[in-house]
Amino acid sequence: MRRYVLVRLANGLIVLWAALSLSFLVLHLVPGDPVSIMLRSAGGGDPVGVDRAQADALRAELGLDRPLYAQYADFVSRALTLDFGTSFGTGDEVAAMLGRALPSTLELATASLLLTAVLGVAAALAATLAPWAPLRNAVLSGTVAGISLPSFWTAILLIQVFSFGLGWFPAYGDSDTSRLVLPAIALALPSAGVLAQLLAKGLRMALAEPYVRTARAKGAGRLRTVWTHAFRNASIPALTMLGMMIGNILAGAIITETVFARAGIGRLTADAIADQDFPVIRAIIFLAGALYVVVNLAVDLIYPKVDPRIVLQPA
Amino acid sequence: MTTDAPQPLLSVRDLHVAFRSRRSTVRAVRGVNLDLAPGRTLALVGESGSGKSTTGLAVLGLLPPGAQVTGGHVTLAGRDLTALRERAWRTVRGREIGFVPQDPMVSLNPVRRVGHQVAEVLLIHGLAEDRKAAHARAVDLLADAGLPEPAEVARTLPHELSGGMCQRVLIAIALAGRPKLLIADEPTSALDVTVQRRILDHLETVTEQHGTALLLITHDLSVAADRADEIAVMSRGEIVERGPGHRVLTAPAHPYTRELVAAVPDMTAAPAAPAPAGPPLLEVRGLRRSFDGGRTAAVDGVGFTLAAGGSLGIVGESGSGKSTTAQLVLRLDRPDAGTITFDGHDLGSLGPAALRRLRRDIQPVFQDPYGSLDPRFTVAQSIAEPLRAYRTTGRRGRQRRVAELLDLVRLPATAAGRRPAELSGGQRQRVSIARALALTPRLLVLDEPVSALDVSVQASVLDLLAELRAGFGLSYLFISHDLAVVRQVCDRVAVMRRGRIVETGPVARVFDHPGHPYTQELLSAIPGRRARTPQPG
Repeated sequence: MRRYVLVRLANGLIVLWAALSLSFLVLHLVPGDPVSIMLRSAGGGDPVGVDRAQADALRAELGLDRPLYAQYADFVSRALTLDFGTSFGTGDEVAAMLGRALPSTLELATASLLLTAVLGVAAALAATLAPWAPLRNAVLSGTVAGISLPSFWTAILLIQVFSFGLGWFPAYGDSDTSRLVLPAIALALPSAGVLAQLLAKGLRMALAEPYVRTARAKGAGRLRTVWTHAFRNASIPALTMLGMMIGNILAGAIITETVFARAGIGRLTADAIADQDFPVIRAIIFLAGALYVVVNLAVDLIYPKVDPRIVLQPA
Repeated sequence: MTTDAPQPLLSVRDLHVAFRSRRSTVRAVRGVNLDLAPGRTLALVGESGSGKSTTGLAVLGLLPPGAQVTGGHVTLAGRDLTALRERAWRTVRGREIGFVPQDPMVSLNPVRRVGHQVAEVLLIHGLAEDRKAAHARAVDLLADAGLPEPAEVARTLPHELSGGMCQRVLIAIALAGRPKLLIADEPTSALDVTVQRRILDHLETVTEQHGTALLLITHDLSVAADRADEIAVMSRGEIVERGPGHRVLTAPAHPYTRELVAAVPDMTAAPAAPAPAGPPLLEVRGLRRSFDGGRTAAVDGVGFTLAAGGSLGIVGESGSGKSTTAQLVLRLDRPDAGTITFDGHDLGSLGPAALRRLRRDIQPVFQDPYGSLDPRFTVAQSIAEPLRAYRTTGRRGRQRRVAELLDLVRLPATAAGRRPAELSGGQRQRVSIARALALTPRLLVLDEPVSALDVSVQASVLDLLAELRAGFGLSYLFISHDLAVVRQVCDRVAVMRRGRIVETGPVARVFDHPGHPYTQELLSAIPGRRARTPQPG
């Protein structure tokens, strides 16, 4: 077990190194010169007017005049101490910017992940257990709607109805918990739809297995067969999906945080990309990579709890 | 029903069950009548599709979706079960009727510990005060089911147990609620004969002890005759004959039963062909193959010789290494040590091109005729595939050859355009045989070729194999768990156990005068002996 975690963490480091290297290359692959981008951002205008000496000074200050491998080594070693430099746009420490944005996004991600799990499981159970076939089909159709509606649209719809219409929840901001409800719902709906479909299909397949007939022959009722026998067997693919959903939630946060005016990582990402603020983009890529590594390791550690046949072995 | 039988516990009257789909209605059970007294055993015998399992599931109220009781009554101890609502059924299943399913390896929940699964019955029916008591009782029940170290077994997961052990767990589950009626649907069809005998012995003991009535559903007439007080033979949803086991097996009255009895390979008949004295075609020496990095030796020093035109049977139980041996001879797998010589060529020393030429001469027929045919190929495409692979002839020539081969395996020419899903199991196996014959091989390696087939179909496929062998001078390496089948098609036999051959010789000698204790055990486990030796009861 401990060996497994260590090996997986070592693999995770390799993933992070790859993410770092790619993010380093991005700066040198995109058209345009970082210094001119920076000067443009700082000056808010055309870089043509900036004099050459000024640009060279900045280039030297940033170490951009050094050979590529030296820049790379410097970048990686500093990233290891979570030093991503300063933002081109604001001149702030990138790590500090991320630190300020992170709590808001973590709050949103956690809330929407919980909501995804609750809604997904509830819908899957309803689609399996509801006593009336049209009702079961209606629930399944609902999951399709959840997946196919774009989240910016549901977000606007939610604001229209619950905020402007009914006035139940505030429409924007991230200062208190009531402001979390609508964005969490908007973010959770598509993933809950996917989760519900996966689980419902898994349950349907599990319920056709011979061991379910054994359970029914014992005298088990419908609820017991579904909950104690079929559910655990059906939940492994759903768990895998939930792990991959983390990525979707980060991507979804870009839209949701923009619509609901929350100052989180999503908004930061959108701004950084618009401004070509490479230090910030690099740090966000690194953060997303780290999140993936940790969450997928956590999911893998949960597998044996759900299906005891799974034995953790380093590949 | 005999006149001295007590009041029936289970009584089925004019039962009709239909499978309804949008397009059609299949009447699976048509007017079945059954009576079963406490402590007695009734065997329901029939081939696949006869309606025997559907009848059993109808009694249990567990018909699959789409199936419905369309008429008649099932009465248990005076109570009409057909009128029950789902909630009331829950107090019947597990408490009054126990169920032992067909396929033990997949009939236990793979992710829950065995002890939980046994205790669950007690908890559902309120037969234990609490979880702890239920678990303690579950361990006792596992011990009663004949499992060694029951406390250990209770902590295991189903996949850690063998098929026979899983079936004992399922019997413990079925008996946990002390039911008055036990329905066992093919309880031993997936198990080895020696295990089958022990499981059936155990079922017999417990039903006797507790006076439980047993409805035994089986395709195996010999098992039925051995174990049941009475046999009811089903065909196409109807009971065509009923009577005491010994009588039905030795003096069947209905034409269908007579056919069924005749199709059962007979261990007392004289072996078919005498051993030919041709030169050796296949010689295997010191064959060894292990898995798990050398920890388990599946094949451990196997050697045998097959004469040209001969038929060698390899018999053994699951895990004996017989199928691994077949894979090695087919060169689908490489041995760790040992040599396989075919017609003077050492398979191990051949280069890819020479091996490919040799493969034409050694062709396989596998157990599962459905799994070994591409579901999207037509029959003609499947049969022609080896011809295409070896570019023997053009398109016209292939068509001609396919027609020839279809004729050879007694399939109608119209079968060429069909796909496997449209064929019966026997027809599919004929297609596999035709495909194996396409390149006019000299050796067929047949791995359990008739195990998935009904006895009557099995008999006709075995006849076909015998004919082909005589007609083309083919040699067979015939892998089977079924000794009677081997007796019918082979002239020599090798008995395998735990990767080794324990005994080998002419079929008549090995089967009539077995030298090794294991061979003796295998032979004595074959069902049907008890019923054939004239004994009352």
